[in-house]
Amino acid sequence: MFSEYSMTELTSIFAMQGFAGLLLFSVFVLMALGLAIIFGQMGVINMAHGEFMILGAYVTYLTSLFFSNYLPSLFGGYFFVAMILAFIATFTLGAFVEWAMIRHLYKRPLDTLLATWGLSLILQQTYRTVFGAREVGVTLPDWLMGSYAITDLIEVPINGIFVMVLTLFITFCVYLLMQKSKLGKQTRAVVQNRAMAGAVGINTEKVDRYTFGIGCGIAGVAGSAFTMIGSTGPTSGQLYIVDTFLVVVFGGASNLLGTVAAAFTISQAQSTMEFFLSGSSAKVLTLLTVVIILMLRPQGLFTLKIRR
Amino acid sequence: MSFTGLRALLPKHDLRALLILAAIIIIVMPLFLDIFRLNLVGKYLTYAFVALGLVLCWGLGGILSLGQGVFFGLGGYCMAMFLKLEASSPEQTAIQSTPGIPDFMDWNQLTELPWFWEPFHSLSFTLLAVIAVPALFAFIIGVAMFKRRVGGVYFAIITQAIAAILTILIIGQQGYTGGVNGITDLRTLLGWDIRTNSAQYILYFINAILLFACLLAAQVIRKSKLGRLLVAMREREDRVRFSGYDVANFKIFVFCIAAVFSAIGGAMFTLQVGFMSPSFVGIVPSIEMVIYCAVGGRLSIFGAIYGTLLVNWAKTIFSESFPELWLFAMGALFIGVVMAFPNGLADLYQSYALPWLKKQRLRLPARLGGVKTPQKTTK
Repeated sequence: MFSEYSMTELTSIFAMQGFAGLLLFSVFVLMALGLAIIFGQMGVINMAHGEFMILGAYVTYLTSLFFSNYLPSLFGGYFFVAMILAFIATFTLGAFVEWAMIRHLYKRPLDTLLATWGLSLILQQTYRTVFGAREVGVTLPDWLMGSYAITDLIEVPINGIFVMVLTLFITFCVYLLMQKSKLGKQTRAVVQNRAMAGAVGINTEKVDRYTFGIGCGIAGVAGSAFTMIGSTGPTSGQLYIVDTFLVVVFGGASNLLGTVAAAFTISQAQSTMEFFLSGSSAKVLTLLTVVIILMLRPQGLFTLKIRR
Repeated sequence: MSFTGLRALLPKHDLRALLILAAIIIIVMPLFLDIFRLNLVGKYLTYAFVALGLVLCWGLGGILSLGQGVFFGLGGYCMAMFLKLEASSPEQTAIQSTPGIPDFMDWNQLTELPWFWEPFHSLSFTLLAVIAVPALFAFIIGVAMFKRRVGGVYFAIITQAIAAILTILIIGQQGYTGGVNGITDLRTLLGWDIRTNSAQYILYFINAILLFACLLAAQVIRKSKLGRLLVAMREREDRVRFSGYDVANFKIFVFCIAAVFSAIGGAMFTLQVGFMSPSFVGIVPSIEMVIYCAVGGRLSIFGAIYGTLLVNWAKTIFSESFPELWLFAMGALFIGVVMAFPNGLADLYQSYALPWLKKQRLRLPARLGGVKTPQKTTK
């Protein structure tokens, strides 16, 4: 299959597909980070995770509308405001959902799955009622438009690079949050031994609420970043939810580094194969490989050795 | 089977529930519904097969599969392939560039029938495949997962991924599977037109009989030692394992049974509705099938059937009059059932309706008492 391409063409194909893969990788990582916290740390299956992400995307859309109508002079910087607003909105909704629903179901993980699926249906229909069934896109500020030519054949869009940088930044923040901050330490303590964590004075209920809220908040930021490279519709979130769960499980659920590595593997495999096979075959092949590997190694690629 | 054996298999309250359900499905529905509505009920009842399988697998065994649509679809597609081949005889497809192959293959520039379609010329092979293909598929998944002690949440996610994979595969391989439209325009079964009213009546009754056969099979499993082991595994898997049982084998078995039930439902769906498409295979339908079971009561084989009928009936009513409200109602149903009534309608009946009925019966004079028709059935 390689014979009809020359060497330079092949290199640039791989580079371009690699870049597309990196973009997919960013989306996966952004979505999976929140899920890795909620699912990996708390063991809660949040099927509405995609909808939290879309909420962030819609908040970004609204902010961009607000800026272009009332503050056109500051339009170039609306994205940063939008990201913060998206985090606040999804964090609030997430904490509310935890309080109203999730906390009653910690002992029944499979039921959480069904309940959050119900939540995702409700959120989807809400979006459809409020924003309409059509997909909406944001207007990019000027400095994100255009592309950057590395060689004659290789060109990379600037918004893609921006999303990648953002992904790196958010990943770093999440790492600091989980490993170094007080909340992160408390969360990990609660995960490892809830009773003991409570006994040494950690308010476990509060930690649960914040953890869930932050997981959802990261999804919101992910949605915000997502608007830079794609349009947003009521059901966009559902498209990615299964992939994201596979990423998290594949990476070894309780390991942030594993999540990133799994996202990288899956996205690169998929986008490289996409060029040579049809898009659907590439996806089938990738998912199938992941499922088979998970059957052989259920604990995922990376696992923490913890005595339970 | 001896009388006492029968008695143990179907205790008084189960027998009563079975008779009431049979009366509703076999007598009341056909008498009071026109053929259009009856055909709809028939379609709902094909989902009840899936719900029944889920009672065994999820309710008793604690294995939540989010991929039951896969088996429903495999059964349905096997049946649809046979019917499609019959509908695309060389005479009927003479206008195509390659006569004798299904129309969608012709549209996709295929010039001969793919090898895996060939055996579906035979009805006996098809009927075998409806059972065997999903059972084999479930067996492979089951062995791979349960032998390695993958369970619970992970199993749910992986089965869901399998549902996603199969949907993408079917949609992507348009020339072999009919793509997103599925296999449509099915007409006859061995020359018998399945679209006429009389045929639909007959298919409805065949469907009902098959459903009751599956119901009895489920009851046998529930009352047997296997059923009790399943419950024990759900509650304390380790203890069952330490008692010397091979937990994985029981799980594989019940998963296969659930798959076969779903496949029978899928095949009957194709026969009654006249087409099969990937929209009954993927993630969304698979989870919806779980909610049918959950609404009726995940522990009750009768409840699952009532739950399926009720949810689908509500879905039809809502989608006809307020389409935008349906997803809200469905979402609320998911949350409500899980939060407030984890054991569904069957539990509501058990804890509220039954005591109330008993009280009423005591209050009534003796000559009127005794005969009651409960609205909902027991476990």
